[in-house]
Amino acid sequence: MRLLTHNMLSSNIKGVTNGFPLLIEVEKVVEKQVDFNEDFLRNMFAKIEWKALVEASRTMGYTELPENSESSMLNSDEFLRKFHHALLELHLEEGALVCPETGRKFPVNKGIPNMLLHEDEV
Amino acid sequence: MLSRTAQIRLMSSHPEVYDPCDDSFALVDALLADRANLVEHHPSICMEVGCGSGYVITSLVLMLGEDSTGCHFIATDINPHAVGVTRKTMEAHGCHAELVTTDIASGLEMRLAGSVDVMVVNPPYVPTPEYEVGQFGIASAWAGGENGRSVIDKILPVADKLLSDKGWLYLVTLTANNPSEICLQMRKKGYASRIVLQRSTEEESLHIIKFWRDLDTQLEPPIPTITPNGSSGGNGFLGGGRNY
Ligand SMILES: C[S@@+](CC[C@H](N)C(=O)[O-])C[C@H]1O[C@@H](n2cnc3c(N)ncnc32)[C@H](O)[C@@H]1O
Repeated sequence: MRLLTHNMLSSNIKGVTNGFPLLIEVEKVVEKQVDFNEDFLRNMFAKIEWKALVEASRTMGYTELPENSESSMLNSDEFLRKFHHALLELHLEEGALVCPETGRKFPVNKGIPNMLLHEDEV
Repeated sequence: MLSRTAQIRLMSSHPEVYDPCDDSFALVDALLADRANLVEHHPSICMEVGCGSGYVITSLVLMLGEDSTGCHFIATDINPHAVGVTRKTMEAHGCHAELVTTDIASGLEMRLAGSVDVMVVNPPYVPTPEYEVGQFGIASAWAGGENGRSVIDKILPVADKLLSDKGWLYLVTLTANNPSEICLQMRKKGYASRIVLQRSTEEESLHIIKFWRDLDTQLEPPIPTITPNGSSGGNGFLGGGRNY
């Protein structure tokens, strides 16, 4: 699971109002090289919740992202490289995503988060 | 030449996962026939709901080729085995999509709303007793409840929520699902539609319908009869102003 996907997921449990961002419990991180595409990064920048990405990447052991961001930073190649790495190349392979409100854990195995709910959570 | 669809010999399988079948091939053929438009569309997020073996999402990544580096692919399935098989199928083809085990797009709906540029769905569409729907295991791959519409009717509002302004939805349906009624329902939400591929097999008659948002569509008065509009020579189907 890429951090881009983490940034798109929120807790889907019935009644939860602050389900984003999910906390990350790391068991295993893998890095996979991904082709660099500047246009794609520009497109995604507008959709990303920056703080959640910064937090998530720190949890995964990557501390290079600036605390705050603004669109002018997209002119910096160095910034784009870091953004690319955090967004696409760091994968949570094993671990869990944790609902910030209820503490319910959604397991991540072989890079796949399981968001299926129990009957009493729907 | 590089193959533009997933290859059967590279597909993984599992006894509880739907193998690629006529409906899967029909959907991929419809996407291939629309490939030039898809490339020109420059989607940044493509999504498949109900990925099964991964045949369709893998084919979509492959057919977008070089353009696929500019796109984020997401696939979901309610069956954890299916998502696992999709992972292996994609690995064998050397491509990547982000996979989530979930009911339709649960957990993604809030943050992905209005962001999906292309959605493809080959849903469980076979008319069955209602209690067979959503059972674990292989039955959930086809069991569609009354008129085969149970899961389709849950997916349509989610698609409406997730699709971007320029979003396209490709949906596999069966004659028994009453595709023209589906189009009418989507029309009320402001979508134009067109049957992009129609194929009859020994067992079933499949329609692949493409939907896109069309501002004019919603404003038009509802048409009284649901017969396909014959004047356009066949494929016209509740189309709006622009045609894709
Ligand atoms: C007809 S199969 C299509 C599989 C594959 N896309 C293909 O074309 O070969 C339908 C798939 O939808 C999945 N499915 C059924 N209900 C679902 C739901 N509520 N949410 C997500 N996936 C679902 C099934 O597990 C199955 O893999």
